Amino acid sequence: MTEHKDHLKVALLQVADDHLILGHRLSEWCGHAPMLEEDLSMPNMALDLIGQARHLYTYAAELEGLQRSEDDLAYLRTDREYTNCLLVERGNIDFAHTMLKQLYFAAYMKPFWQFVEGCSDNTLSAIAGKAVKEISYHIRHAGEWVIRLGDGTDESAERMHLAVETLHPYTEELFWIDEHRKICIDAGLLPAADVVRPQWDATISAVFEQAKLAIPEVTYPLLGGREGKHTEAFGYLLAELQYMQRAYPGAQW
Amino acid sequence: MYSQGLIGANTETQETPEFLAAFQARIDAEEKIEPNDPMPAAYRKTLIRMISQHAHSEIVGMLPEGNWITRAPTLRRKVALLAKVQDEGGHGLYLYSAAETLGVSREQLTQELLTGKAKYSSIFNYPTPTWADIGAIGWLVDGAAIMNQVPLCRCSYGPYARAMIRVCKEESFHQRQGYELMTSLAEGTEEQKAMAQDALNRWWWPSLMMFGPSDSDSQHSDQSMAWKIKRFTNDELRQKFVDATVPQAELIGLSMPDEKLTWNESKNNGQGGYDFGEIDWDEFWQVVKGHGMMNKDRINAKRKAWDDGAWVRQAALAHAEKQNQRKAAA
Repeated sequence: MTEHKDHLKVALLQVADDHLILGHRLSEWCGHAPMLEEDLSMPNMALDLIGQARHLYTYAAELEGLQRSEDDLAYLRTDREYTNCLLVERGNIDFAHTMLKQLYFAAYMKPFWQFVEGCSDNTLSAIAGKAVKEISYHIRHAGEWVIRLGDGTDESAERMHLAVETLHPYTEELFWIDEHRKICIDAGLLPAADVVRPQWDATISAVFEQAKLAIPEVTYPLLGGREGKHTEAFGYLLAELQYMQRAYPGAQW
Repeated sequence: MYSQGLIGANTETQETPEFLAAFQARIDAEEKIEPNDPMPAAYRKTLIRMISQHAHSEIVGMLPEGNWITRAPTLRRKVALLAKVQDEGGHGLYLYSAAETLGVSREQLTQELLTGKAKYSSIFNYPTPTWADIGAIGWLVDGAAIMNQVPLCRCSYGPYARAMIRVCKEESFHQRQGYELMTSLAEGTEEQKAMAQDALNRWWWPSLMMFGPSDSDSQHSDQSMAWKIKRFTNDELRQKFVDATVPQAELIGLSMPDEKLTWNESKNNGQGGYDFGEIDWDEFWQVVKGHGMMNKDRINAKRKAWDDGAWVRQAALAHAEKQNQRKAAA
């Protein structure tokens, strides 16, 4: 375990950042959803995601051993130090884009957590055990919406097609493996792409078939987040997220 | 859904003196009135007005607090705020369901909110410019709401009374959470303390206005008291709130923005209570009539969400219809 510590920390920060940023985007809907039921379920899923981010940041900070807190990691890094994939930072645009983004991410995280739940690291396994139950609900919720919108009215189908065209190129980055993650995979702590990918493909294919959507060929995947290279919108997201911590350095809340 | 069978049902009653007397006798015997029971039209109308205003207040109330979710200063505060705002949406949902038992639909009530026909609590027409406003809303606004709502758990209309039991439990948690947030600020840096005091200065008077006009000016009080929809008058509840809240402010070193606030031994039948300054009723009516800082923004935000979401709702219906047709054809 000790020999993988630094690598695991880097890999877990990627996952933590994914959860925080996706949760942030989802929470932007609160009070502005298409119906009251969604005004309840989107904040609920944002809570799950940010809750998982907290566990991951806390554990990453522990592995790091520099006395940093979950908030130091969540709030006090520069844009280049966040390593979330680009998919999760994309703006909400509309409900079709939002639900598709949730589905792509949840379909990746479910097999991820299922693997991690069985790994030899007890802390990680406990985090996974809770997350796997939540993420199954996220797949169902987002998947049902993708189906309803894809196979709803002409307008909703068109919006779903546009969402797929826009967001699919970002999905490749979910499967990105750098040297740190590779070491964790070899140590049996995190799943290899060939564990996660077939399940992701199966989930997306099943939903898309019912939603009457085609899976596009991606010739030019959009990558960069894992290396800290973000889209322009990300700076504004951080400006909001970090505002209080930056304006009142060192204050306790 | 159970309540949907009641929407638009024929609820006409012959309001003979015997009927009205028998109805009042049930109320006086503390019997709960249930959805299928005959009731005077004015009783039904009063409850629809009260419950729907309450539901709308929960829904509009998500906006001023939702304003700080993406900027909450720590992850712990962020999840607490998300959960709180979600609870409010949940209260809105139960309350619309309680209103539906009286024969109105949620769609109809939503339209009344969006067109400005229905009112919601005026307090949500004040802005939340700082993080301390989140603490002030929890502590004062939810605190005032609890004073109003705890007696509603004994309201004569069963579905409303039962909804309020759950709502009050959650509101009470929110109130403590808000006070704890204010306490952290009051114990923090000079800047944080100033932020907390400024929020208290801005929210104190509007919180007192939440109890509604003075008893002498209230249109709805007497009949609502007789029907045991309300159990205390506006002024009685306001006094309880002041008496409970002033010591809480003192405990954390904040002060109420009221020079006339003094302890009066003889109040509350000799138990003592606070005398307080005159409420600015001109400001109250100005905001009620739509001229507060955020009235238009709040309604525009709800309208925009509703209009932007129209295609989603239509798609859900269209998909359900297709599914039904496929099932029928299979």
